Amino acid sequence: MKALEPTLYDKSVPDRKGITLPELDVPLSEMDAALLRDDLALPELGELQVVRHFTRLSQLNHAIDLDLYPLGSCTMKYNPRLNEDVARLPGLAALHPLTDDEGSQGALALMFQLQDWLAELSGMTAVSLQPAAGAQGELAGILMIRAYHQQRGDTQRDIVLVPNSAHGTNPATVTMAGYRAVELPSDENGDVDLNALRAACNDQVAGMMITVPSTLGLFEAHVLEVVEAVHNCGGLMYMDGANMNALMGVVKPAELGFDVMHYNLHKTMSTPHGGGGPGSGPVAVNEKLAPFLPGPIVVVDEGADEDEEAPRYSLQMPEHSIGRLKAFHGNFGMHIRAFAYMSIYGASGLHEVSKHAVLNANYIRANLADTYLIPYPRMCAHECVISGQIRGAEEVHALDISKRLMDYGFHPPTNYFPLIVPEALMIEPTESEDKATLDRFIDAMKEIAREAREEPDLLLTAPHRMPVKRLDEVKAAKELVLCCKPALPPSAAAGN
Amino acid sequence: MVYNLPEELRYAKTDEWLRIEGDTATIGITDYAQDMLNDIVYFELPEVGEDYGPDDNFGMVESVKAASDLYAHIQGTVTAVNEQLEDEPEIVNADPYDKGWIIQMSIEDASNLDALMNAAEYAAYLETR
Repeated sequence: MKALEPTLYDKSVPDRKGITLPELDVPLSEMDAALLRDDLALPELGELQVVRHFTRLSQLNHAIDLDLYPLGSCTMKYNPRLNEDVARLPGLAALHPLTDDEGSQGALALMFQLQDWLAELSGMTAVSLQPAAGAQGELAGILMIRAYHQQRGDTQRDIVLVPNSAHGTNPATVTMAGYRAVELPSDENGDVDLNALRAACNDQVAGMMITVPSTLGLFEAHVLEVVEAVHNCGGLMYMDGANMNALMGVVKPAELGFDVMHYNLHKTMSTPHGGGGPGSGPVAVNEKLAPFLPGPIVVVDEGADEDEEAPRYSLQMPEHSIGRLKAFHGNFGMHIRAFAYMSIYGASGLHEVSKHAVLNANYIRANLADTYLIPYPRMCAHECVISGQIRGAEEVHALDISKRLMDYGFHPPTNYFPLIVPEALMIEPTESEDKATLDRFIDAMKEIAREAREEPDLLLTAPHRMPVKRLDEVKAAKELVLCCKPALPPSAAAGN
Repeated sequence: MVYNLPEELRYAKTDEWLRIEGDTATIGITDYAQDMLNDIVYFELPEVGEDYGPDDNFGMVESVKAASDLYAHIQGTVTAVNEQLEDEPEIVNADPYDKGWIIQMSIEDASNLDALMNAAEYAAYLETR
């Protein structure tokens, strides 16, 4: 197969360099020969070849900067350019992570303010910005719950309840934290089955992880009863905040009774993701769990007189911290962008963001209801789940609809998740899109349903207008080639 | 959609089938399960000699769509594993009841079988999903 864009190794030319270093004007420092290796073959290219390579790759890709990216549960919202301007301010971008507290008061003030805003938005008492992504935030949350029980001597608890509409990372988190996940079924409305929950609640339960709104895009109708049932048996409640884009300024998780939650700054707070991020998954906790937060966190130094001068900030390890999750201060570059985003919108603006995210998802749901099966036909939150089973086109699957959507210029929705909906397509437009874009997407979905009935081959062999045709996903999954470990280029091979 | 559900097998809610022959059970996944999973790409399988209980998962099946646990449903010891699934997991898509069997186990407690469904009951259960 001819590659659309060869790898850098394929383009490598022996001895070509991007940079020519000047002659040494100091004595050459001898390096221990044992530290040198000659088997590391790096591609050799000029700067322009490298720039063109990555620019071409970027043109083969879809991005939020090109068109709608309705990848459900991922909140692929617009990343405001102002975030990037702020993150590039030299005082922030060039700050060395080993700079002491005195020399990094501005950065610490930013982190403190971000902690405070995230606490306010959740109603929680304290926040740690340490976790590098959502799944690490989850792990931090469950490790804190474990530390809380153990400190009280309540050591027989060994299970965590997880509804079947939860994020896939939730049971993985439970297992990594040393607990056993017990799955709870959903009722016919897509809510947690309360009878099954009450039957499962006992003194073995350390807590429950629940995604609000759920991966069905539904706000849990009995959330207060769920929280009460788990609290009554001594468990703590974890809220997976991946879907917080539906809730800002609408409801505070702490007021629903949750003890701990995580944010995904790369979702809700518009920091870039999809290209590897990096992510950021701060955890917010109530008073019970505050002493266990991963650290260090930023605190205001006691003793400084706030009336006379700016407060002094410092880094501090919480009293019974579960420890560090990340070197230095978490993904600080993402803290800057999230801080910028929250500053742009303010409290009322963030509330508007959530209202428009929910409105946009419901607009799509309502307009597709005549064309596609909506398994839970009620008001949805920030995303809607439809079924890709089209009446009169039984051979067509959700995957084929997704592939065909690419021909219309859209990124596909999330496929086959949540698992409890057959042929699920999970659509999250976010607040970033205007009505005209949503209408184009709705028209494309309707047109694809017509094609499915009248010209199914068009879907079964899609995409047709992409740089590559349908990829062989089975072959890709079965024949793992994890690294492009190159054949040694001639210059390096000659040295062996 | 009409699924192939052989009369002589026992079925579980988690979409495994069991073929009972004397004190040995052969276990696989149903036609419905392979259809829902779509193209199967990988099995994680136990070793011969390992013991499992009725609620234990003994392995995992992964497809292009999802990964799912496999449950034993009986108390017993693994007596055979279908080695062919290592290189050709797709035979379960093509032939879930014969070439696509997954493991064989000894049956140590026949009362475990009472919780399983017959073909008609499983077909009715699929209607509700």
